[in-house]
Amino acid sequence: MPLLEVKNLSVAYGAIKALHGVDLSVEQGQILTLIGCNGAGKTTTLRAISGMVRPSAGQVLLDGKPVTGLKPHEIVRLGMSHCPEGRGIFANLTVDENLALGAFMRRDHAAVNQDRQRVFTLFPRLKERLKQNAGTLSGGEQQMLAIGRALLARPRLLLLDEPSLGLAPQLVQTIFRIITEINQQGVTILLVEQNAHMALNVAHRAVVLETGAVAMSGDAKALASSDEVKKAYLGHG
Amino acid sequence: MQSLADNLAHQPARGVRDRVLAQAPWGVALLVALVVHFVLGPVLGPYWSQVATQAAIAVMLAVSLNIVNGYTGQFSIGHAGFAAVGGFTGAAVSYYGALALWGGATKQEGFLVPGEWLMVGGSLLGAVLAAGLGYIVGLPALRLRGDYLAIVTLGFGEIVRVLLQISGPQLFEADDLRSSGFKQWFPPPLGGAQGFTGVPTYASLFWVGLFAALVCIVAYRIKFSSPGRALLSSREDEIAARAMGVNLARYKVRAFVLAAALAGLAGGLYAHTGVVMQPREAGFIKSFEIIIFVVLGGLGSISGVVLAAIGLTVLPEILRDPQRLIEAWGLLAAVGVLATVGGVAMRRSGSRWAPLAVGLGATALGLLAVALVASGANALMRSATGDPQANIGKYRMIFYSLMLIGAMLLRPQGLMGVREVWDHFRRARPAPGRPGGAAT
Ligand SMILES: Nc1ncnc2c1ncn2[C@@H]1O[C@H](COP(=O)(O)OP(=O)(O)OP(=O)(O)O)[C@@H](O)[C@H]1O
Ligand SMILES: [Mg+2]
Repeated sequence: MPLLEVKNLSVAYGAIKALHGVDLSVEQGQILTLIGCNGAGKTTTLRAISGMVRPSAGQVLLDGKPVTGLKPHEIVRLGMSHCPEGRGIFANLTVDENLALGAFMRRDHAAVNQDRQRVFTLFPRLKERLKQNAGTLSGGEQQMLAIGRALLARPRLLLLDEPSLGLAPQLVQTIFRIITEINQQGVTILLVEQNAHMALNVAHRAVVLETGAVAMSGDAKALASSDEVKKAYLGHG
Repeated sequence: MQSLADNLAHQPARGVRDRVLAQAPWGVALLVALVVHFVLGPVLGPYWSQVATQAAIAVMLAVSLNIVNGYTGQFSIGHAGFAAVGGFTGAAVSYYGALALWGGATKQEGFLVPGEWLMVGGSLLGAVLAAGLGYIVGLPALRLRGDYLAIVTLGFGEIVRVLLQISGPQLFEADDLRSSGFKQWFPPPLGGAQGFTGVPTYASLFWVGLFAALVCIVAYRIKFSSPGRALLSSREDEIAARAMGVNLARYKVRAFVLAAALAGLAGGLYAHTGVVMQPREAGFIKSFEIIIFVVLGGLGSISGVVLAAIGLTVLPEILRDPQRLIEAWGLLAAVGVLATVGGVAMRRSGSRWAPLAVGLGATALGLLAVALVASGANALMRSATGDPQANIGKYRMIFYSLMLIGAMLLRPQGLMGVREVWDHFRRARPAPGRPGGAAT
């Protein structure tokens, strides 16, 4: 049974239909990447999965149990953590306070402390910046903070919305290496990306979204070598 | 402060000693109130004691509004409405209670007399009523997005004001009270447009000092707790806050209800400071005064808001009559110099109370400077116009407004931003051995 299953998901913002009938599923322990052009509905898909927007139709199943219509705070408690588009760090709070908010739902303080150490191992930079306002971090550091903060919820499923956006090529490499590392530690990942090349490289499976519907899906390596994807998303071929 | 935040975040298992120590601030509040009442009161004299009382109430109102407008980033324009609910409740309980119990509402002399406890009870009842109304107002408004809260609270304050205006005439005698029936109590006898008078002046420096300190402690504990961080995060980025699992609607409503309750409490005390309680106490002009404290002090900063509330209450009084302050020049200069010098020395030795001492000293010296400048301006005006009564105090509200505009231009984020006074001192002097600055 897949960890996450999305069936026939439709979302409308007022009169604008952003998604019509999206199906996808993420297997336990894998990385699924969701790629597509601007406005294809990637962010909307993540928001509907994590309860930020209410779908107009369709179902979201976590562990085979429906979570459609639950509030975000209820879904976080079930082990899903959403690292939103644009990082969403709390600029006027310190790095430490940002991380503490990542563990907001948890009462197992000893384990939270362990997870903090784990995050510091992944992102040593954060440990040096603990008492600094998050808004004063560089863009890359902010992205690290956003991912680290999401990890502090100890998710089984991590939703990442464009983690490489606006980062220098070198840092993009680092971020993708860390995404792989997090996945190898046992976290299932749903990765939304513009950088299709890198995303297809680290992912097990991929879904291509076009104007609110699934255009292609399958094995990431196979999709990366398909002509259509090459032409439309990898900028060559 | 950081250590408290760390405690709450990472070290929940604490020993008995720590747990007792954690309750120490309540004791300190009591001590401060006693010192303010018995030591500061006589030094200040009746006039400045009255100013200090109003300043303490302003602090309560500002610090409580800060929980909504500062922490959560919502915008309430009805805080005076909640204060008035508490105020008129407290006034009615105290006045009619005294008529019923003791046949008259003359002030009982002494410390902690029964009348004072009636005030406390009435103010607490006012706080409960204000909290209930806060829930009714906040629940629908806070679930909606955007600026609905501003509109709804503005309306709430005005409704309270109008209801007070059409309330029944005050019952002045114990006999009236005894023979009163349904007709006298509906609408309730809160004085109507004339206002409610004769409430005994039990809000001594002890009580306002105590409750102002308690409100600050509550606000502080909330700010540096996990729920407080949730409130602050919702102000920063609502989507991210929800992604953290913060139930935004619930936290916003709780913050709003608490703020309303504390405003009601402040209002209850205010009714016992010798003022005539007028319906306009509930109006939006009063609410804006409180908003100015919060915005000027720095949305979210407790210490900033406290300083702004005290400063903006005291300053117009100084401008009204600078001579009174100049008469106390010896005290001000002594406190100013001693505290500043002591504070600098403390800072060198790394004491965390250094900012407090420096702040105290700077305030005393600043007050003296303002008084001297104002009095010099008076002398100039008198010699220029030949009018021995000429007084810039007449124009004090103009100076006050100019100062506000200047402050907002220079520091749009308020005196302190979201941080506290001591954080700014800390940043000015980075801890040794910290890797600093090196960026990506
Ligand atoms: N809050 C909103 N209100 C109205 N329309 C919206 C809203 N959010 C998104 N949309 C619309 O829904 C469609 C899908 O948007 P979405 O943000 O999901 O795209 P995306 O694939 O994440 O794009 P990008 O790669 O640019 O982030 C777009 O046409 C967008 O204009
Ligand atoms: Mg997007």
